[in-house]
Amino acid sequence: MSNTPNVLRKVLIANRGEIARRIARTCRRLGLATVAVFSDADEDALFVQEADEAVRLGPAPSRESYLSIEKILAAARLTGADALHPGYGFLSERAELAEACAAAGITFVGPSPQAIRAMGLKREAKRLAAAAGVPTVPGYSGDDQGDATLAAKALEVGFPLLLKASAGGGGKGMRVVRAAGEIEASLAAARREALAAFGDDTLIIERYVSSPRHVEIQILGDTHGNLVHLFERECSIQRRHQKILEESPSPALTPALRAAMGEAAVRVGRAIGYSSAGTVEFILGDDGAFYFLEVNTRLQVEHPVTEMVTGLDLVAEQLRVARGEPLGYGQDDLVQRGHAIEVRLYAEDPASGFLPQAGTLVDFHVPEDEGVRLDTGVRSGDEVSIHYDPMIAKIIAHGASRAEATRRLVRTLERTSVQGLASNRALLVRILEHPAFAAGELDTHFLDRHFAGALGEPADPSRDRLAAIAAMMIAHEAHAASREVVPGVPNGFRVNFSVPQTVTYGVGDRSLTLAYRSRGKGRFDVALDVPLHGGESRAVRLVSWAEPTLVLEDHDGHRHTLRVVVDEAAATFYVHSTRGSTALVERPRFPEPGAEAVAGGCVAPMPGRIVQVLAAEGQAVARGAVLVILEAMKMEHSVVAAIDGVVTRVAVQAGEQVEGGQILAVVEAGEAAAV
Amino acid sequence: MTLSPTQRYPLIRSRIDVRGAQYLANRAVNVQSLEKLEKALAKSREGGGPKYNDRHRAAGKMLPRERIELLVDRDAPFLELCPLAGHDVRDQTTGAGVLGGIGVVSGVECLITASEATVKGGAISEIGMWKTGRLAEVAEQNGLPSLSLIESAGADLPNQHKIFVHGGRGFRDLTRRSKERTPTICLVFGSSTAGGAYVPGMSDYVVMVKQQAQVYLAGPPLVKMATGEESEHEELGGAEMHSRVSGVSDYLAEDERDAVRLGREIVAHLRWRKRGIVPPREFAEPLYDADELLGIASADLKIPFDAREVIARIVDGSRFSEFKPLYGPSLVCGWAHIHGYPVGILANNGILFSESANKGAQFIELCNQSDIPLLFLQNITGFMVGKKYEQEGIIKNGAKLINAVSNSTVPAITIMIGSSFGAGNYAMCGRAYEPRFLFTWPNHRIGVMGGKQLAGVLDIIQRGAAQKRGEVVDEQRLSVMKQMVEGQIDLESEPYFATARLWDDGIIDPRDTRHVIAMSLSAACTRPVEGTMAFGVFRH
Repeated sequence: MSNTPNVLRKVLIANRGEIARRIARTCRRLGLATVAVFSDADEDALFVQEADEAVRLGPAPSRESYLSIEKILAAARLTGADALHPGYGFLSERAELAEACAAAGITFVGPSPQAIRAMGLKREAKRLAAAAGVPTVPGYSGDDQGDATLAAKALEVGFPLLLKASAGGGGKGMRVVRAAGEIEASLAAARREALAAFGDDTLIIERYVSSPRHVEIQILGDTHGNLVHLFERECSIQRRHQKILEESPSPALTPALRAAMGEAAVRVGRAIGYSSAGTVEFILGDDGAFYFLEVNTRLQVEHPVTEMVTGLDLVAEQLRVARGEPLGYGQDDLVQRGHAIEVRLYAEDPASGFLPQAGTLVDFHVPEDEGVRLDTGVRSGDEVSIHYDPMIAKIIAHGASRAEATRRLVRTLERTSVQGLASNRALLVRILEHPAFAAGELDTHFLDRHFAGALGEPADPSRDRLAAIAAMMIAHEAHAASREVVPGVPNGFRVNFSVPQTVTYGVGDRSLTLAYRSRGKGRFDVALDVPLHGGESRAVRLVSWAEPTLVLEDHDGHRHTLRVVVDEAAATFYVHSTRGSTALVERPRFPEPGAEAVAGGCVAPMPGRIVQVLAAEGQAVARGAVLVILEAMKMEHSVVAAIDGVVTRVAVQAGEQVEGGQILAVVEAGEAAAV
Repeated sequence: MTLSPTQRYPLIRSRIDVRGAQYLANRAVNVQSLEKLEKALAKSREGGGPKYNDRHRAAGKMLPRERIELLVDRDAPFLELCPLAGHDVRDQTTGAGVLGGIGVVSGVECLITASEATVKGGAISEIGMWKTGRLAEVAEQNGLPSLSLIESAGADLPNQHKIFVHGGRGFRDLTRRSKERTPTICLVFGSSTAGGAYVPGMSDYVVMVKQQAQVYLAGPPLVKMATGEESEHEELGGAEMHSRVSGVSDYLAEDERDAVRLGREIVAHLRWRKRGIVPPREFAEPLYDADELLGIASADLKIPFDAREVIARIVDGSRFSEFKPLYGPSLVCGWAHIHGYPVGILANNGILFSESANKGAQFIELCNQSDIPLLFLQNITGFMVGKKYEQEGIIKNGAKLINAVSNSTVPAITIMIGSSFGAGNYAMCGRAYEPRFLFTWPNHRIGVMGGKQLAGVLDIIQRGAAQKRGEVVDEQRLSVMKQMVEGQIDLESEPYFATARLWDDGIIDPRDTRHVIAMSLSAACTRPVEGTMAFGVFRH
């Protein structure tokens, strides 16, 4: 790379979502034009709208969009971009992209292709680190990727061990193998995942350190040979080997250990002539011993933590380095100020194995609080696609102390509303409030140790009841506002009050019935989950409602501020307060016509006599199969299966007289007869 | 910014003293009256009592009030009419075995009636028949679609002579309303026999609940009696039979809820349009608190109160454009708005004199000229009597007012807020003058004259007669007689006596007056509001 400063004018951001927005933010601040690239799935995304220019790459699957070097380079040429920032993930650690940029005369914002290549292959990286005198975890990273070799090497390294994608990162393609018997299946699965995620199924094996902490050092180098570290980030709290909470400083590091690890990281960086921002990952044992894991030759997801404690803008630093500028400061100029903690908010269901969620984010709101930073790529109403990582946002809090940063983050998270999709929001709050977290007692098994089997949002019936009252009040207001007839007469006005109004909500798999009487001016008497007649009611008051904020005063004078988002089409009220979220589905007051009829029931089209019964209970039938033949008005009528399924009931016999509309047979959906 | 008409009217300045002895005394008594009213209303809600209600519910059925509450739009208002019909009347239950009122169904104001199935099996009593008639009249006069929720054993047989002949009107009215293009909908929840069978029979739409509704001219026993034929209820008049075979039923409901849903579905397709005044959506609330009406309405009707204080608490923005304020001041006339509806108000501030009667007649003509509904706030002990007044022609002047009231064609609503005595009742649009709606306050009294006055008149007449016959008055006998008469008249002047006999559409909490009037006006404005200039001969 040339040492004469480049003039950059326009940066193409070869990424999506929050990181694309975050990079663009710095570009704008520095006066650089931005180009977004996007897949079909992202065409309405914020990062696309906010960019100065945007180019469609192609279909949603990453391989056909964000992983296509060819398409991205074409976009750069089309827009005349003179620099390319790869973000994290996707192509960020592909040397080929850096090379293609160089060939096209585009400045790649990142390290040299050589450095990427050297670190991209994990075993190569490990060898380099060891050569630089940095301790590494025992393992195998050889070229021989045969099943037999890998199995043999696994036995050498010992169990438990970790199988990782050599080209990977971020936990993808990573599997713990606890016994020799699991090797064969794990190898196949790890290869499959590695190939799918990175296009390379080379694996490495390493010892799985028990009770380990994940501590990484941010490094930053320029093209003039300057290289500093920006201290550590502890990322021990993980689920499925992926980080969900990162902080700096690490509560586990003494100044001496920090200096030692920082120095080791810089040594690795120097060994490969590293420029730009990178991360050297270590495993830290409880004995204070640390082992080199790998180098991520890119901006890290959790980089904001470092930015908040160092005051540096890492993207700005990357751009400065890419322009060929010297860092202009040395290690001694850098200090860690206060404490920063980041949490990753995911659209996933912790209660069911962190299953990623896809669908519409009905509501997404993070309050703006002092000392809290939000990096997100989505807003209310966006679709969370199955094609990409389900991370919705990163929320980062800074404080003078770890406790202060924790409190700030908790307060913000408690008021953060994620509706329409399950999220790990409540779990993040519980982690932050856990005594072990406060004590700094972290390792990568934190969740298993402290939350085993209880990862979902805890039930809170009184929260649900409050939510039901809020939903009722909102509907009540809406009914008043939409009523054409006597709109000025108070809702529920009676000269002879008899029966309260009732409404039933589905909350999860339970239902909640609310009986209420409007007293006018926002006052109500409500009774919950009691029979219609009798039961104690409580006086509550709607203080204010301006979507989405509802203030409700309970019978005890306690005022609650709730965030309520109404999805009218789905008759669903999403209610959020600091006590958590409740989604209420208003049950219709009346059964839908025909709902009473048996689903899948085949009925007689008219009164008649059964001539023949062809269906037998338990029989699999295809749609259109004749079940019963009916004779009426001297004509034979065939009654057929409306769906593919299994005959669960035959209600008539040949010769029987039937009424029109009478059920003759029932077919339930299921596998049709195997042919 | 353009001023709404109301804002052009002057504000009424209230002069009441909420700490004054009179105010507090009125309030104390009126609050007690409301407690008494609530007790009476509670009786109206008892239906057939806990035993029959529980039995009804145990059969999986809803009580009539529950059916109505489910039928009306959620959170919409419902104006029950005549809830105390039959109250404290011998052989009658409070409510008279039928309930009804105006409710909003699928966004449409409808007249809803429901038989009280737990009261003598929903059999029709004498007052129940008159109440049903009154409810039908409300539908007819205001042009409201009607929904009848039927579960009735038919005529109360032991009392058939009281209802059989007049009861026929009900069926006649149904088809006449149909002809008038006000749809009639009948939801049959239970048995509906004999006469009851003609309610579905005469209705435009009929919904029957499966396994519950049974409609036949004669049940199995009577059929057996009449023809010897053996029959089962279901084949004779079951919902399935009527829906599939006879066609008496248009819709077969799976259950009660489904029947209510079907009723709502039917109303939804009526393409219903109101043809009267369409008020603006926005309007000002009164400046003064309606609660203060309890301190204003005199507990002792001998003590007058200023009708403007009442007007100030029921009209939009407390703004009132008074007509002829200096002439005939004992009848306050003027224009205001209630929930955006224009109204011409006639309110008594004392007895009627020739001037006030003339003023009232002119005012009614003016409102007819401009198609403005009338609101009568009745607190009247009668027309002034005496030589001077007779010579002034109080009869012919009073007659003008009665002529105007009788022939006016704009909707009128009457609220009795105090006295309603003598010809004043007529001149101020009493029941016989067919106001669209008539409600009373708990403090009101009604009669040809007060008990004391009538006893006094009796005293004078008796003494006169005795003198003529040259007899000595039996003071003791006269005194007892006077006491009895006074007691009886006072009892018959009570608002409960009146409302039990359907002399009004209900006793209301004075604080609800504004909303009750608004609902009445809204219902009345279903039909076009068209005044007339055609009156009877005014005797000048």
